[in-house]
Amino acid sequence: MQQEVIIAGFGGQGVLFAGQLLSYCAMDEGKEVTWIPSYGPEMRGGTANCTVVISDDEIGSPLVKNPTAVIAMNLPSLEKFEPLVKKGGVLVVNASMVNREVTRQDIKVVSLPANDIAEEIGSPRSVNMIMLGAMLANMDLLSLDAMDRALDAHLPERHKKFLAGNKAALRKGAEYLASEPVEA
Amino acid sequence: MAKELIKGNTAVAEAALRAGLQAYFGYPITPQTELLEHLSARMPELGRPFVQAESELGAINMVYGAACTGKRVMTSSSSPGVSLMMEGLSYIAGTEVPAVLVDVVRGGPGLGNIAPAQGDYNQIVHGGGHGDYHMLVLAPASVQEAVDLTVLAFDLAEKYRNLVAVLLDGSIGQMMEPAELPPMQPLKDDVPDWAVRGTQGGEKRILTSINLDPPAQEVMNLRLMTRWQEIEKNEVRYKGYFLDDAEYIVVGFGTAGRVSLSAVRAAREKGIKVGLLRPITVAPFPNDVLDELTEQAKAFLVVEMNAGQMLEDVRLVVRGRKPVEFFGRMGGVVPFPDEVLTEIERLVKEPLTTEGHPRDRWLARLRETIG
Repeated sequence: MQQEVIIAGFGGQGVLFAGQLLSYCAMDEGKEVTWIPSYGPEMRGGTANCTVVISDDEIGSPLVKNPTAVIAMNLPSLEKFEPLVKKGGVLVVNASMVNREVTRQDIKVVSLPANDIAEEIGSPRSVNMIMLGAMLANMDLLSLDAMDRALDAHLPERHKKFLAGNKAALRKGAEYLASEPVEA
Repeated sequence: MAKELIKGNTAVAEAALRAGLQAYFGYPITPQTELLEHLSARMPELGRPFVQAESELGAINMVYGAACTGKRVMTSSSSPGVSLMMEGLSYIAGTEVPAVLVDVVRGGPGLGNIAPAQGDYNQIVHGGGHGDYHMLVLAPASVQEAVDLTVLAFDLAEKYRNLVAVLLDGSIGQMMEPAELPPMQPLKDDVPDWAVRGTQGGEKRILTSINLDPPAQEVMNLRLMTRWQEIEKNEVRYKGYFLDDAEYIVVGFGTAGRVSLSAVRAAREKGIKVGLLRPITVAPFPNDVLDELTEQAKAFLVVEMNAGQMLEDVRLVVRGRKPVEFFGRMGGVVPFPDEVLTEIERLVKEPLTTEGHPRDRWLARLRETIG
């Protein structure tokens, strides 16, 4: 069983860290995992994304064309990755940063105003965790408890003050359930 | 020891350190820089020399000098930087001192770009520097393999007094995977009997690559080639996947190898009897296993992130006995598994030939897709 996640957004939205946390969690749960960033010159001030592949077996390609899940943190990411989500897969959209609906009918869509939610819960930097929580609640990949453990184990010491906020953000995001695909 | 989630470049640096690296010389270049950056912090911490040289030329000649003392030394760079090192590498080979080079290959030729590529295969495997010498070339396809092969690189360099290259690409350098790092080895304190040690008044040892007497130089060349034959006999490494009943065989190394693994699995799900041979040493090349597979195979598909460089090594072994086809992406483009799957299906469906050159057929197809 293999699943692939692309997390995309602006540099600074915590895209790369969200992917790393997912990878740490997968590793701690005994899975095979690869994390690979887009590392071209486009990173500077532009969009950033990373691909995480999680599998029970030795992983082949670390890059995938059609991932089972995409987290789109902003409009350029939605434009780029909406067409690429695997049929029946999950697309999580940060509604705070996009001005249109998702058009695909053959995928699960979770749309949530993650920036607003982050402000509400008093944790404005945890948009990435809210989005991650929303994704995990809508696919069979890793449990929120396992993510809590990954945060405990791998959040850098200087960021420990954000631990509780991050955990709360994961759970807040997980309250949002996807629309089912119209045409599966 | 527990696994860590670690970036390829950092993992290679830490593995080298733990393998007893005694001096590092290098110059920053993407997509390799994290390797140098990690050592710039860790080497001074352990009281070991780290030098960011003024250029790659400087770095490789510092490696040359330090290697003459018999210490464990290395440098690392990416394609354009490695090109600058070629003269120094030839001198190191000509002096028969051990050293380790890490090349994190990027798109080229020229300054190119910083994306993953395998265009340095010919330069690293078939020469680059002048004269008759071979580097032993290890080509990992994962972070764990990069760690293990980096440690091995130092052992092999010393065992054969030979250059060993670890040939990565930007993808393996930049990606994070769980890997188990080796235990910290004690620094070696013995001085090999060939090494210069700066003792005053002791037995004189001269290490040089200049030899103005052709017959004597020829004897030296013979010694190098004899040593290479020994390496060919002892050090071939590869990994096979689904080969037992394979009728079609994909050959790919490094990232192209693991992308092919995904494609091979997808093809297996469609009932195609296809396997993968992934060379881990590309020099020496796994000739014998490929020769055996030629008996069994209906056809081969070579997959690379270049214009078909290892392809020629495969063709030398297969020698026209079975059809060989090629698929590559160049200039820093990494193929997706579905592209390789399409090529595997083509192999099964379309008429095969041993005539002509597979590169010509591939280029004709590529022109249609990328213009």
